[in-house]
Amino acid sequence: MTDSQANTEVAIFASFNALLIRDLRVYFRSRGTWLNPLVFVLMVITLFTLGIGPDPTTLSNHASGIIWVVALLGIMLSLDALFRADFDDGSLEQLLLSPQPLYLAVLAKVLAHWFITGLPIVLASPLFSLMLGIPATAIPALALGLLVGSGILSFIGAIGASLTVSLRSGGLLIALLTLPLYVPVIIFGSQFVQSAIEGWPLMPTFSMLLGLLIGAMVLAPIAIIGGLRLSQDT
Amino acid sequence: MSTVASNHSSQASQQEVEPILVLDSVSCERGDRLLVENLSLSLSPGNGIRIEGPNGSGKTTLLRVLAGLSQQYRGTVLWRGNDIRQSRSALATDTLYIGHLAGVKALLSPLENLSWWASLHIPSTKPLSKATMLNALSQVSLEAFANTPCHQLSAGQQRRIALARLYLSEHRLWILDEPFTAIDAAGVVLLEQRIEEHLAKGNMAIITTHQAMQIDGFTSCSLNAAQSEEANSQ
Repeated sequence: MTDSQANTEVAIFASFNALLIRDLRVYFRSRGTWLNPLVFVLMVITLFTLGIGPDPTTLSNHASGIIWVVALLGIMLSLDALFRADFDDGSLEQLLLSPQPLYLAVLAKVLAHWFITGLPIVLASPLFSLMLGIPATAIPALALGLLVGSGILSFIGAIGASLTVSLRSGGLLIALLTLPLYVPVIIFGSQFVQSAIEGWPLMPTFSMLLGLLIGAMVLAPIAIIGGLRLSQDT
Repeated sequence: MSTVASNHSSQASQQEVEPILVLDSVSCERGDRLLVENLSLSLSPGNGIRIEGPNGSGKTTLLRVLAGLSQQYRGTVLWRGNDIRQSRSALATDTLYIGHLAGVKALLSPLENLSWWASLHIPSTKPLSKATMLNALSQVSLEAFANTPCHQLSAGQQRRIALARLYLSEHRLWILDEPFTAIDAAGVVLLEQRIEEHLAKGNMAIITTHQAMQIDGFTSCSLNAAQSEEANSQ
């Protein structure tokens, strides 16, 4: 009995790994998907520095808000691709019909997507900080906040992506569906960076961000599965 | 009023064994058109059903209901005595569905495509060996293209990757929607042999096709679009 239980567990993790590796392979073979959000974020931040002007104090006053909003938009724009290709080529059908738990399958897909959108933005965040004149001492906190926050953005955004996947042009609808849900992330995310810049205690906002991430990780896949199942009925 | 005429060619064997799949007055509609009305049929081990009907008569809609992809139907579908609305995983473990969309990732090779599919649909303690998958690919004469990206292959070859799953599958029920589309004559003969083998092991198949098919153990069930449209307008 325990043996067969162990076997099922092995099979479940094998399918999680297989999906993760499959999606990462597909993303790396189509360079645009993982390069576009990063280049987008970089360009918009450059535009901000040009628009606001070169005064370092004005820039760094708005820096945390700018970085968070731009990262949010970058991730959101890439979300349409999350389930679209699977829907179009029929592999979403095969995924939904699998006897393996869908919860883990969705987790694998969102994780793979985060690896190519959220993670590059986190890794490039020191560069953004320099561009916007954030003090060097606040850079680790900014990266940490983005690391947790981009995960929340990916999970919440994936709900919007799953609900709009069967529509021919879901791009703008994703924005309308997910932007209201992004409000707490923006509030606590930019608050976190601001605290780091001002030297205020970091734990209160960080624990809020962490709580949001855990909540999104646990609850979002349920909504995503519902959205994906609905997509097959239209 | 029933719009379905089914001829049972193998009545003797049907009385001996319990049917595993039972449809009780199933009706499905697509948009506002009633496509299948009060369809009742049953399928027992070693038998197959061929769904016939002109284009737009609801063959695909019916197959998607039977596979558990679509929930938009009235009536009951029982798999091993359980309603498939309730026990989705029991049906998912036992069925293989190949629809119009191949479920093949264009950026991956045939081998990689088979590999992710197998880890989702063929639960086992260790991943299928490469030799097993290469063997399945050679059955559909794709062994020479095992590592070629699928977007470089023809439509027929991409279809064959999906059909290579039939050589890995031990599922009780195969649901195949137009499996012979884009397949050459020699390929069709091999596929028919494979389906025949499958039925001989006491498994089942539900197929739609417009081509002539020579396989024993198949009963046919025709969906008549003209009649159901008439009924709809009343």
